[in-house]
Amino acid sequence: MSDYRLVGKDFTPPDVIGKVTGKAKYAEDFRVDGMVYARMLTSPMAHGKVTNIDTSAAEAMDGVIGILTADDVPEVEAPNAAILTNSPAYIGDPILAVAALDEKTAEDAIAAIKIDIEPLPFVTDPLDSLLTGGPNAREEGNVYARSSEGSGFRTIKWTKEQIDEFRAGKEPSGEFAAEWSYGDLDKGFADAKVVFEESFVTTGYAHMSMEPRTAMAYWQNGTCYVHASAQSQSFWMPGLARMLGVETKDVVLISENTGGGFGSKIGAYPIAVLPGYFSKKIGRPVQLRVTREQEYYMGSARVGFQGWLRMGFDEKGKATATDVFIIEDIGSNATGGDASSAGGAISMVYDPDAMRFRGLPVMTNTTPRGAQRGPGQNQIAAVMAPIMDKAAKALELDPLEVRKLNAANNETTVNANQKPVTSAYLKEALDMGAEMFDWTNRRNQTKRNGSKVRGLGIGQGYHSAGAKGFDGLIRITPDGKLHVHTGVGNLGTYSYASTSRAAAEILKVEWDNCEIHNGNSEKNLPWNSYQAGSVSTFAHTRTNYVAAMDALRKMKAIAADTMGGEAEDYDIDGQRVFRTDNPALAMSYGAIAARSIQLGGEYSGQTYPEDINEITARSVQNIAGTGLVGVAKDNLPQEGVIPGLACAFVEIELDLETGKYDVLDYVGIAECGTVLFPKGLAQQMKGGAVWGMGMAGLERHVYDPQNGLPANVSYHQCGIPSYLDVPSVTRTGAVDIADPQNPFGARGIGEPAMGCAVAALTSAISDALDGHIFGRTPVSSDMIVNHVAGREQSFLPLQTNNF
Amino acid sequence: MNPQLSRRRFIKAVIASSAAAASGTGFHSALAQDKPRGAVERLISLNVNGATRRVDVAPQEMLAHTLRYKLGLTGTKIGCNRGECGACTVQIDGITNYSCSTLTHSVRTRAVKTVEGVQAADGTLHPVQQAFIDELSPQCGFCTPGQVMSAVALLEENPKPTREEVRHAMSGNLCRCGAYDHYLNGIMRASGQES
Repeated sequence: MSDYRLVGKDFTPPDVIGKVTGKAKYAEDFRVDGMVYARMLTSPMAHGKVTNIDTSAAEAMDGVIGILTADDVPEVEAPNAAILTNSPAYIGDPILAVAALDEKTAEDAIAAIKIDIEPLPFVTDPLDSLLTGGPNAREEGNVYARSSEGSGFRTIKWTKEQIDEFRAGKEPSGEFAAEWSYGDLDKGFADAKVVFEESFVTTGYAHMSMEPRTAMAYWQNGTCYVHASAQSQSFWMPGLARMLGVETKDVVLISENTGGGFGSKIGAYPIAVLPGYFSKKIGRPVQLRVTREQEYYMGSARVGFQGWLRMGFDEKGKATATDVFIIEDIGSNATGGDASSAGGAISMVYDPDAMRFRGLPVMTNTTPRGAQRGPGQNQIAAVMAPIMDKAAKALELDPLEVRKLNAANNETTVNANQKPVTSAYLKEALDMGAEMFDWTNRRNQTKRNGSKVRGLGIGQGYHSAGAKGFDGLIRITPDGKLHVHTGVGNLGTYSYASTSRAAAEILKVEWDNCEIHNGNSEKNLPWNSYQAGSVSTFAHTRTNYVAAMDALRKMKAIAADTMGGEAEDYDIDGQRVFRTDNPALAMSYGAIAARSIQLGGEYSGQTYPEDINEITARSVQNIAGTGLVGVAKDNLPQEGVIPGLACAFVEIELDLETGKYDVLDYVGIAECGTVLFPKGLAQQMKGGAVWGMGMAGLERHVYDPQNGLPANVSYHQCGIPSYLDVPSVTRTGAVDIADPQNPFGARGIGEPAMGCAVAALTSAISDALDGHIFGRTPVSSDMIVNHVAGREQSFLPLQTNNF
Repeated sequence: MNPQLSRRRFIKAVIASSAAAASGTGFHSALAQDKPRGAVERLISLNVNGATRRVDVAPQEMLAHTLRYKLGLTGTKIGCNRGECGACTVQIDGITNYSCSTLTHSVRTRAVKTVEGVQAADGTLHPVQQAFIDELSPQCGFCTPGQVMSAVALLEENPKPTREEVRHAMSGNLCRCGAYDHYLNGIMRASGQES
């Protein structure tokens, strides 16, 4: 679609300049008069009950303004993370906060508080909790299953024999909590020429966004102003209001820039409302300072998996059946959905004829978990890649061909209900990547050079990548400017800007004549999607398209009303509305906007569609009369699963003596429909590659099982990849075939960009080690050395959160 | 650039501030210990971005804190407050330092440059800043001021580095978004070389 003027072209998102000059403001960069500083006291115990808090010494200190405890904030039903709690369920759980004139005093006051906690049993590995007689992470039980039919605590235990069998790689025979399937599983396995069984562990790990989630709040005339580190903008509003106990109209969220989120800041989180409650109590603006260590505790983490999988392939390499069982480490807050999403990803990426998923979500007294970039899809991507290689080897096939044969395509059906896809071209992505990477020739290279051995890997990633039903809001002012109001968050993907260009594309407005309004709910923003789940590209090219189409209809009607004829007699170009049979008869956009103000009604937002969200409606009311308003809900047709897909090819050089490996080459290919913003896409693909490399070899939660203590609360301890952990050049490409259910053909990519990378790495490590499958992420150097030396690993099979 | 020089200077700064760096959790952890009051002059002059600023500095206050919360220079970010991430990188007499791990009193006689001082007086962006825009180097942008400061210092010492030299010189600056490739492209572009 080369006739687009903006879509598919690079541009400079307006916020980049502030980022390189230091002028970009993040939540912690704001100050207001009278602001005081709050710090938190967090639990030193993995599980317990607070029996007494003595704050007398702290309260007597000069400069201490107030103390906020769990008694001052609404109780949150367990296992959901609380704002403050008297029942801490992990080390780092916030118990109280102190506000003072300066931070030093707040810290001194916290040190002076005496707190008694009665210890309770705790657990850091789901299998230890499942074992009969093992501790439960919560007093209410050890399992918490979330489902649309109802969520609740359960206590599920397995016998020692059942645990031992599972650790030995056998099919689990213990109780589970969730199940779905499609097709005839028995027939699928009967049709298979080869069947493999593998058990696996993917250890959870912290999001560790660069910006600690510091937040500030104050009240003015009954409205709570919140400066917070938010992934989404408008989508935060209902939850933020609910948690603050006010109506949505009585909250203002300022989140101009957010220092990364990766799933940890999708909706309003409890700690973001702490300053609001504190401010209300003491009558002053409060900034809650969050440290890096606290960001580790409260900043969310990926769900861990301990699982077993059986998979069958026919003689051509087609997947005939998959049976997967996943125990999820859902941390202390019992987040939900990763395991079932992993099952869904298998049904998409490998498309077996029949499949069964069984899941068991088990709580641990470790950090709260949440969505992390490809939650579920990326864990299973890492698990599946070496199994695909094993199948290819057994069937004497090229691993690329086995992947292509099973690759998601337009006929693929997904999940338990076997829904169709909007479009899918994973085979084309694999072909493109194989050519860029020179796969066939590289397979014939010498593998071994002294202690160094080369490994080649292919990975595939998937996440659903779209949403519908949100609102678009644009405005043309009498100066001729196009104003795009967007409630998409700004966490660094630039999709708030790239999707805004959809409106400019439709209205043929020069990009430098456009202004984006975002990052502050007082800027009259529409109801927009969560800025997560790879949805914003698909969802908000649609919302800005429908708003622009609404504006276009109104502009033509105004032209006809002013210059005669019918609306369909008019067209647009050069920021003018002209009569097609007499192009000299024209009105500039500025003149149209001025006329719309005179006409009022729907033209300038005095009236608006009934089906728009209340947030959008209030914004329209505020801007009514300032120009021509285009506003609409996205009611465009949409059926089926909207896939974001990606594949990656990698070459590593692994040193058998040290267990370390270097990534020599990396090619990532995006399959996300039409490319909207090439440079932004490359950023996502390359950043996703770094994330995949971190998950494959570096990042994990480590807990001391004896005391429940986390061992890695800082960046380097967590294993965040640095410049030196990743190749200095990564190559990317895109299939660039339009999806039929988006006006511009675009879908999202953020999450598959990582899934393909971690999978390519686990595949390459296996290839370098002659097909050995660790069945674990991360694969650490010591694991490789132990394997090469024929030694036992230093941990039990299927152990997790371990050193 | 001479990496040894900056590393040595950095290590010295860390040793000087070991009490704070070791505790690692708070802005004022070191201050929580009782110190003899009045032992150090508190109202001092700092040379920041070419201007002399008078500021009240506590005895064990860290430079990142002074810059952000007393001088309003919030471009300097605090990501870890323990000398790991480099988001707080500033130049002290032309050498990059982690300002979260540098005692403010230790820079009284020295010239401090922050990201706010990198642009030319007429507002023209530094070539590194312009190249970071052109290459769309930042994602979330929280680490970007630190990346800018390390890159500016590198190119002052080594105007035509190889990509590998850049990678090593920049390795004290973490980026959780994983935008390393784009930062490297930006620095190569700023040095007038093909990336």
